[in-house]
This record gives sequence, structure tokens and C-alpha cells, in this order.
Amino acid sequence: MKQGKNLNSASRFSLITLALLLSFSSYVFAQEDSTATADAAGAAESETSPAAQGGDAAAGKALFNANCAACHKLYDRATGPALYNVTERRDREWLYRWIKNNKELRDSGDPEAIAIYNEYSQKAMNIFPQLSNADIDDILAYTNTPKPEPVAPADQAGGGGGAGGGVSSTIILAILAIVLVMLVAVLFLVNNTLRKFAVAQGVELPVKESRKPIWKTFVENQFLVLVSVIVLLLGGAYFAYGWMMQVGVDQGYEPIQPIHYSHRIHAGDNQIECKYCHSSARTSKHSGIPSLNVCMNCHKSISEVADATSDYSSVTEDYTKEFYDKEIQKLYKAVGWDQATQSYTGETQAVEWVRIHNLPDFAYFNHSQHVSVAGVQCQTCHGPVEEMEVMYQYAPLTMGWCINCHRETNVKMDGNPYYEKIHEELSKKYGVEELTAAQMGGLECGKCHY
Amino acid sequence: MKNSIKIVSSLVMLVLIVSCQDKDYRNYEYMPNMYEEISYEAYGKYDVFPNQMEAMHPVEGSVSRGWMPYEYPNSTEGYQEAKANLTNPVPYTEDNLNEGKGLYTIYCAICHGDKGDGKGTLAEREKILGIPAYNDQGRAITAGSVYHVMYYGLNTMGSYATQTTERELWLINHYVMDLKDALDGKPKRAFEDETTTQEEALVEQEEMTDEGQVMSEEAQTEE
Repeated sequence: MKQGKNLNSASRFSLITLALLLSFSSYVFAQEDSTATADAAGAAESETSPAAQGGDAAAGKALFNANCAACHKLYDRATGPALYNVTERRDREWLYRWIKNNKELRDSGDPEAIAIYNEYSQKAMNIFPQLSNADIDDILAYTNTPKPEPVAPADQAGGGGGAGGGVSSTIILAILAIVLVMLVAVLFLVNNTLRKFAVAQGVELPVKESRKPIWKTFVENQFLVLVSVIVLLLGGAYFAYGWMMQVGVDQGYEPIQPIHYSHRIHAGDNQIECKYCHSSARTSKHSGIPSLNVCMNCHKSISEVADATSDYSSVTEDYTKEFYDKEIQKLYKAVGWDQATQSYTGETQAVEWVRIHNLPDFAYFNHSQHVSVAGVQCQTCHGPVEEMEVMYQYAPLTMGWCINCHRETNVKMDGNPYYEKIHEELSKKYGVEELTAAQMGGLECGKCHY
Repeated sequence: MKNSIKIVSSLVMLVLIVSCQDKDYRNYEYMPNMYEEISYEAYGKYDVFPNQMEAMHPVEGSVSRGWMPYEYPNSTEGYQEAKANLTNPVPYTEDNLNEGKGLYTIYCAICHGDKGDGKGTLAEREKILGIPAYNDQGRAITAGSVYHVMYYGLNTMGSYATQTTERELWLINHYVMDLKDALDGKPKRAFEDETTTQEEALVEQEEMTDEGQVMSEEAQTEE
């Protein structure tokens, strides 16, 4: 008994020290984090200071974005060459002449100009007679801005700080749990010790008397058995009905796609029209999945997402910049786009998107009828797609769901001469001004099943 | 002891049943053959096709519905020729302009901006930079050059021929030239007469190719 007690206190002591150690260590972590953030912030500041030499880099940036950025990037090849430190590679006077009127320079037989023209597959650069030498100086000052260090460390420190808060709260929870467990253990031990004392002192403990088991009493009461059987049957039928009604309904189906395409970023943050990519929804039965050339309309110039420091960043803690950049690389691989040469290699591979919305063959549904003629919003059936990080099926797509909408929705008759005559006759028949899809015959079996 | 075994096993059963309803997988279907059609569906995967891909390129030399062959080549010379010679065959009417505006809002405004000043949402959010305004002097766009660029794409801009038809591109073209005039501060052009022969020819050609449309019109006349 004595030994047991000792052991008990020893274990308690070790638990308390562990808890103390853990809580203390969280403070240490937090301190480290804050210093790391400060360091990174300082580094970022010193780097963004303009390296201006004979030109205003800030003004240059505006000019560059307005005039040059369509074809040039600072650190990567685009339609034209990368322009970082172009002043070291070329003579400033030559640059003035080239930017203002590169055709004139080429025609004058300048070998440098002809060489670069041929290197970039004879795609002529636009002429910029409107830019003055001072403007060009500004632009060149901007092109000499060194590439900002990857902000990942600062980012991580920020994330670490946040996680540090999370860690400390989990530690608090863990300590609480440990304390609870210890309390239970102490209670158990005390109870045990008391019992042992009682036995040692010869005190009689109360003994449980055996009673008639409850199930026997239950079986003997026939009325209770009958009632509970009925309740069980009804309840079982209710759940069986519920289960059978959801067979074939894929609401909430959210498969993993080969490329993680975020509708949240495209349709939500960047407000790209649904019909930009799903263009066939306007004119066809199907709302097609865009072929990859449609992706490349934008992703030719967007090869990576903006990091967390940008005002227009869409990255989150779960979906980081590295994660999204890898997905864009998947697109490039599938479409055969070589970033280094900014050209297509011709080696393509199919992207096997997983179909989410699928109607059985016996139901006819036409997108153009709903999108173009009726003017139904995509979100009516597909839900808040602009908020979906991963696309899922929002509506049940059952017949009851279709019918319900046809009963409630008025047909858009304005400016559609096709409906003029039938509207006149039907509104007389039903005595209403606005007709629902159901009144137009939207509930007839043959409209959708044939 | 016996009881606890029962409780644990029933819990395991419950977990198994619940875990069957995984959002990564489709639900059970009563008659799966009605969901997996025998006919080839758009974007399907079937053994008869090369790489099992139903979505294939059309045979070389085939002409898409709603399109006529475009004779200007995709080159700098082709661009200059189109810029000088190509004109819009679709008449400039109010309906056509509104239709063009709708299409412009879907496909172009995201970069070029609602006013055509190169300040669309993607430009404002610094995703795509250097989008010129339509009245940019160095480019001096014409109806022909606009069509050529929409058809083939140019530099960073991609081709929009897959998302539209020939007529739709010309409708957008009207609206683009309208925006350019507005940016230049010029007055709006006067609308043309509806019945221009070129427009009719284009529409007819579309109807000839579009069976669905012809059928619906037949149904209308029967009524």
C-alpha cells in the first residue's frame, strides 16, 4: 500500500512537470516567432526600396504596366524578352531608338536590332512614338528593380505565429484533459484505498442484492411489447423510405478532379463570367467543359498565383501559393506549353475531368433553353459556385426538384415574340397575367421524357 | 464484458454504414444502365476512339457550323491585309449592337473593361497587365484587325473562335468599334437598315447547318 501511494505521487509529479514544461515551451515558441516576423519584415522593406538611377521607378512601373507588360515581364520571357537589367545588356541610346520606333531601327540595318527581331520569331514590337526619353528612363529604372526575395519566409513566420496561437490553445486543452484524467485516477485510487481500509477495519460493505432482470419484466408485459413493436416497425419504415428515396441522388457529390480548379478564385474573386468558359451553355444542350485553349487565354500570362502579400491574393492557409502553382504547371503539361520558350510543344495529354452532374438517359435537359431563353441564373441550379473551392453537386437533380421550380417560376415573355400568341390564349384561360412554366406545359411528361 | 463487445460491434457497423456515403463517390443507383448510356456522350471515354477520347479534333479541312473559311493567314502580313481590307458583313443595327454588348460583357470585358479602356477586372486585380485601350494610337485598330485578332489571337490574347461563331464575333466587333468611337469622343454611328443582303446570307447559312433551328421553325409554321 505504501509503495502504491508513493508511485502514485511520483506519477502525479511527473505529469505536473510535463504540463508545466509544455505550457512554458509555448511561450518560447511564440517569442521566436515574433522575432522571425520582425526580421523578415525588415528584410522586405529594405528590398522594396527603389533602386532608382536616373529615373523614377514608381512612375516607370505605371508606364510599364500600361505599355509594355502585355508582352514583357521583368524576370521571365513572355512574348518578348525579360527586361530585368536590360540597361546592362544594351546601350541606353540604342534603347531609346528601339522603343520609340523599332521598325526604323531595323530598317536602318542595325545588326543588334535585326538579331533580336529574328530571335523572337519576327514578331514585330509595337512602336511607341508617344514616349519621351524621360519616360523611357523611368521605365528603365523600373526594369532595374531586383526581383523581390520570395516572401515565403515572412509568410511562414506569419503562419507560424498563427499556428503558435493554435498550439498554445491545444496545449491548454491538453493540460485540462490531463488534469481531468488525473482527477478521475485520484478518485479511483481514493475509493480503492477506502475499500481496503474498510476491509482491514472489518467494516461491512453494502452488497448489491440480485433483482429480476429488466428484460424479463419487459417480456412479461405484453402490451408494452406490442406498442414497442409497432413503434419499431413504423420507425423502421420511416428510415427505410428515407434511405430508398435518396438512392440515385448525388447531392453533395464532390469528386477529386485531376487538376484542382478553384471556382472560388475564377468566378468569385476574379469575377469571370460562367459563360466565358462554359460558352456552349448559351447555345447547346450541354454546358461544355472548356477545352484547355480557353484556360490558356488567361494562363498564357498567368503562370503563378499572387502570393499572400498581394492585395488581390486568393491563397489561404489550406491552399497555398505552392499548391496552386503546381496545379497551373499541370495545366501547362497537359496542354503542352513550354514556359521557357513561350510556345506549344505539341505534346498534349487529355485531362480526365470527373463528371459531377449527370442526368439519366430518360430525362431530357437543355442548357440553352434555360440559360439563354429563360435567363435562369447558373446559381439557381448549381448553387454558390463562386464560393466553391471544390465543385460539388448542389441540387438533388430529382424530378420533384425540377417540377417544383417549373411550378414556381414565371416564364420570361418580354421581348420574345415566340410566346406572344400562346401567352395571350393561356393568360385568358387561366385568368392570370404571368404564366408559370407549369402552365405553359412544363409538367407534361413528354416535355422531358421521350 | 459481453455487453461492451455488442456496443463496440454495433458502433463499428454504424461507422461502416455512415462511411459508405462518401462525397468522393456516387450514390447507389436503381438502374445504372440509364445513367451510363450506350450511346456515346459528349466528353465520354470509349475504346473506339484514339486515346479513348470522344472529344476529338474535326477532320482537317472540315468547316464548323456557323463558320465560313477565313482566308487571311495567321501572320503579320495576314494581320496587315485584314486590317486594310476586311469589313464587317453584319449590319450595324440596334439589336445586333445589344447582342454584341452582351457577348462582349461575357468574353472581353473581363480584361478590356466595360468601356474598352483596358481596365477590366483582371487588369485591376493585376492578374493580366498591359491591356491597351481600344483607341491606342500605335495599334490604330480597324474592324478587320479586331476580327483577325479575335479569330487567331495575338501575343498574349488567345483565339476566341472556339467559344463563339463567326456571326457572334462580328456582333462583338460592332460593339468594340462603338467603344473605340466613344473613347475617341466621336459621335455614335447611325444604325443601318435591317435588310442587308450580306446579313441574310449569313443567317441563312447558319440555319442550313443548324438542324434544330430549322425543325423548330417548321413546328412553328405547322401551328
